[in-house]
Amino acid sequence: MDLHLRHAAPTDQERAAVDALLGPPTSSWLGGTRGDVARDTHVAHGGRETREQRHLLLPALEALQARVGWISETGLEYVCTRLGVPPADAWGVATFYALLSTTPRAPRVLHVCDDVACRCKGAAELIEQLERKVGPAHSHGPHGDHVEIDPHSAVWMRSPCLGLCDQAPAAFLQQAGDARHERLVGELTVERAVTLLQEPPPAFVPHSDMPKQLVYSMEHRRPFFMQDDSPLMTETSTLRLPQDDNDAPQHRGLLDRIGIVDPTDIAAYRNTGGFDALRRAIELGPDAVIREVIDSKLMGRGGAAFPTGRKWDAVAKQSAHPHYLICNADESEPGTFKDRVLLDGDPFAIVESMAIAGFATGCERGFLYIRGEYPLGASRVQHAIDEARKHGFLGGNILGRGIRFDIEIRRGAGAYICGEETAIFNSIEGFRGEPRNKPPFPVQAGLFGLPTVVNNVETLANIPAIVLNGGQAFARIGTEESTGTKLFCLSGNVERPGVYEVEFGKTVRDLLDMAGGVTNGRKLQAMLLGGAAGVFIGPNDLDIPLTFEGARAAKATLGSGVLVAFDEAVDMKQILLRIASFFRDESCGQCVPCRVGTVRQEEALYRIASGKTIGGVSGEIALLDEVGLAMKDSSICGLGQTAYAAIESAIHRVGLLNGKSEIHI
Amino acid sequence: MSLTIDGRKVSVREGTTILAACREIGIEIPTLCFLETLHPINACRICVVEVEGGRVLVPSCSRAAEEGMVVHTQSSRVKHSRKLVLEMLASSVDLSTTPQVAEWIEEYEAKPERFGPPAPPAAPGTRDASVPGHHAPPNPEFAATVAEPAKIDNDLYVRDYAKCILCYKCVEACGPDHQNTFAIAVAGRGFDAHISTEFAVPLPESACVYCGNCIAVCPTGALMATTEYEKRAAGTWDESRMTTTDTICPYCGVGCTLRLHVDDGVIVKATSPLENSITQGNLCIKGRFGWRFVQNRDAVPGGNGAGNGDGR
Repeated sequence: MDLHLRHAAPTDQERAAVDALLGPPTSSWLGGTRGDVARDTHVAHGGRETREQRHLLLPALEALQARVGWISETGLEYVCTRLGVPPADAWGVATFYALLSTTPRAPRVLHVCDDVACRCKGAAELIEQLERKVGPAHSHGPHGDHVEIDPHSAVWMRSPCLGLCDQAPAAFLQQAGDARHERLVGELTVERAVTLLQEPPPAFVPHSDMPKQLVYSMEHRRPFFMQDDSPLMTETSTLRLPQDDNDAPQHRGLLDRIGIVDPTDIAAYRNTGGFDALRRAIELGPDAVIREVIDSKLMGRGGAAFPTGRKWDAVAKQSAHPHYLICNADESEPGTFKDRVLLDGDPFAIVESMAIAGFATGCERGFLYIRGEYPLGASRVQHAIDEARKHGFLGGNILGRGIRFDIEIRRGAGAYICGEETAIFNSIEGFRGEPRNKPPFPVQAGLFGLPTVVNNVETLANIPAIVLNGGQAFARIGTEESTGTKLFCLSGNVERPGVYEVEFGKTVRDLLDMAGGVTNGRKLQAMLLGGAAGVFIGPNDLDIPLTFEGARAAKATLGSGVLVAFDEAVDMKQILLRIASFFRDESCGQCVPCRVGTVRQEEALYRIASGKTIGGVSGEIALLDEVGLAMKDSSICGLGQTAYAAIESAIHRVGLLNGKSEIHI
Repeated sequence: MSLTIDGRKVSVREGTTILAACREIGIEIPTLCFLETLHPINACRICVVEVEGGRVLVPSCSRAAEEGMVVHTQSSRVKHSRKLVLEMLASSVDLSTTPQVAEWIEEYEAKPERFGPPAPPAAPGTRDASVPGHHAPPNPEFAATVAEPAKIDNDLYVRDYAKCILCYKCVEACGPDHQNTFAIAVAGRGFDAHISTEFAVPLPESACVYCGNCIAVCPTGALMATTEYEKRAAGTWDESRMTTTDTICPYCGVGCTLRLHVDDGVIVKATSPLENSITQGNLCIKGRFGWRFVQNRDAVPGGNGAGNGDGR
């Protein structure tokens, strides 16, 4: 295929950004300049070899975004030249991701969350103040050529859930430039937002330079919160385990090391049993490891609750090779932040778990796909991968036993849909993150068309304990059908939001109590279980057991373990509108029921809100039901299939649209 | 292998899709994004059927038949989804030149107007500049549409994306399935997704080679040769008056079958039959557009200058 290029030269900055990822071009066909490259310009070097690097398209676009602040035509064309991707095709990918800008934009962007959990903590009011103080959110101009951008300028934008709901209201700061800087910011105030927009953040501090005593407060078993003037502000941890505040010490398993063991120190990890499970797994052999995982009855923790052992077994038995492992760390379900805590706080455990999974299922290569809004997690896991490789726990000869397995990190760029288990393949392969039709299932034809295991972070984090203590021991924890412990994300109007780990079997009420109940002793209006794709329950439903079978029986879902509490003061119509708006934004647009259905759903809720209904509220609800059923029955993937779930439950289960209350828009 | 469709036993070869199995026994299933010569993208979801034991409906165009499968093509769930898909499309896209869709709307009792009056067209370029993950709040007066002015930036064909249902066929035909030119792709996300060149540059600045194979696969008339577009605008496009003649393209040695669409002795369009083993419906710029000389006698050097331009 010949690429149609305009051959406009990239800027030095663009070239440097891309070359830092891909290395310098080796021929003028690949964007090298005559004289600089050794190879003959009259021969087409590249071809298949070049095109096989397409999986680096998203990282290359992210590199441009991080260095320049937006993706220009010359930058995009240079990436296309290097990777053999047609510009129109790359354009389709670049315009798919919310964290990539294809129009000139200020280098510093503050993405302010206005999603459901943050709304409970005043995000909507904060945004109103921000609009008054610094002006409206950034709106994109037309695409075009380079324009002068003030390197010190900054803009703000609204954002869907950032996974920092325990420290709501949250924001995500992106600073493009030679010293890339990104960070989640919790407990945002309007003053803080203005400061972040006005003052350039301090330079990035790599892990190795971090004074560890500042990072962990060992004696208190408590994670730290650094002050703004700390030199380490850039690395402010996002860890918080309110569980430890409770009088009675609660169970910790997955959270054992969080806030206690230095997540950047492999020796500390090993001193607390780290990599014992990998050693044990290799002694047992792949079949026995899978047997233990099957015996453990471990179910996937990402939302679908598929038996992990069966998935591993299916991939291990596939004759097509190579097999691939993906750790799905694209945690983007509104209200979910448990995986962030694991990634930030115990990255070596994820690396070890992936190595065990890869060994058991016959993979030599694993990808950890982490959402772009988790820069700390990405750098912590990258550090853990590097250290593990250095110490022989990853690479070509693991523990001297000739076992090969290695991990690459892929960062998302602002697309909820990429957490869908087949969309993640397309995203990693360098295509638009559109889900694939099933069958074929990922265990048969997944990443690069080959057998693939996709496991959620929390799912994998259970593996070391299963390998060390045996599957049957694990199966004794929890209930018959829901084994082990589960991380629940408590947020919204609760006294102590955060991640709570409990043995399966607790009720919604138990968890709400653990989090100190509703803020300021207010009355509970509703709770959202399982995220935007989950269900609302009313105050009379608090005895639902938080087990897979219990939730199923109550026609609810655990989803990813989300529990957002809304007190009586919250305007639930605004919450429902935000959920509808979320799905309208995050639909990939591939299939009609979801692409148009999410629009029609938002419109109907908006009409109800503005009092300009078609056929009254009951007429709109009937319309919503019809649209919702078509989305559920006919959408390609889980996003469309569940896009009406929460709203449907709010209407029919909790009765939130009944009555006459008007919403303010 | 054998399966049951609407109570009838059917035996088909392994790998046959449910759609093909249905067609073998004369069961009609509406399709929009499906075409025999392209990989099924199964995005429009109008061909969904119910398979017993399945949680959701399945696209018949791409799902292979399985031994013992029990399929219902007219269950209430199926009818509901087809009706809603038609309503969603008809309320957001101009389907005035989509064959058969009016019959389906009637058959499934679809009422696209119930979402409210359609929103007026967006200003040129607005949809191209959409930002993923962000959108303006809805307007309670209107149902959102994809309407925008047609893109007329070359002499050969018009891109009227107000008629685009985003079936991906043009992208497949331009890309890996046929032409390997990759001049266009789906850009943007969700309802704002649209077909685009890189940075939405005009077609003459893109990789387009004007083979017109995207026009050949477009199911809605969003992509249309300028001759047809102009005649339709003038109200002089009447397919009932037209005849077709199959011939061989005169330009090169490949020998593509050309199907000339003739209106009152004047060629108004050239296509190639989908079932032709050489072209599979594809042509190049010359075959697709290079026939005007036949009836352009005025311009022939040495011609008598008195041609009436009707090609006879």
